[in-house]
Amino acid sequence: MSVHRVERRARELLRTTLAEEDFAAYERLGFFSVPGRGDPASGYAYLVYPHRPLVAYETVTGRLLSEYCVRFRDDGVRLPDADDVLAKWLALHGRERELIATANVNPPGHQVDPDHVRRDLALLARWRSERAVDSRDPMR
Amino acid sequence: MKLVRMTPGHGDVLLAEGDPDVAEDEERLIEEFRRQLEQGMWAAVPTADRGRREAVMVRDFAEVPRDAERVVFYPPAAGG
Repeated sequence: MSVHRVERRARELLRTTLAEEDFAAYERLGFFSVPGRGDPASGYAYLVYPHRPLVAYETVTGRLLSEYCVRFRDDGVRLPDADDVLAKWLALHGRERELIATANVNPPGHQVDPDHVRRDLALLARWRSERAVDSRDPMR
Repeated sequence: MKLVRMTPGHGDVLLAEGDPDVAEDEERLIEEFRRQLEQGMWAAVPTADRGRREAVMVRDFAEVPRDAERVVFYPPAAGG
């Protein structure tokens, strides 16, 4: 099966599992954010990228907290991109503590460029803000 | 209810499908569920409540809500 077809199938499962906004963020930006403890009031969240560490950050200040390097491999082979982010999403929702305890924990910047992450956070905030405006204004 | 598994090279594979309220289907679903856990897979049930999407991890078929649309099996996390 071609890589594109495999990825398409994986994206379909992702689309039917994630909230519409998270899936749209992944389609548009290539990543999405998951609140810590599944609760936006927790004050922290994770940026979820395919095949890259989870990056934890403070939601109010945007301060980067840690990188959590986790892998989901079947017989040593990595999953399609969309399955990898879905596995992270499922594990963060259902087994956050276990997932974080399993991960190799590093300070920000170990594998993912902090400037890149800050740009992504700004991008996500702007994208969410534009979506909010679009949803309020049916003429747009 | 559908049991699906993430697999490298194939995407998501349908392992079993049936109505857990039908004894024959339930038996098949339970058998496949156990097989996946024996292979070391993690199992999650995606849920939706008024637009809010969550997931519940399950370790036994009895923990799967009867009205769940699907159970997703995926490889366990390892440190990278």
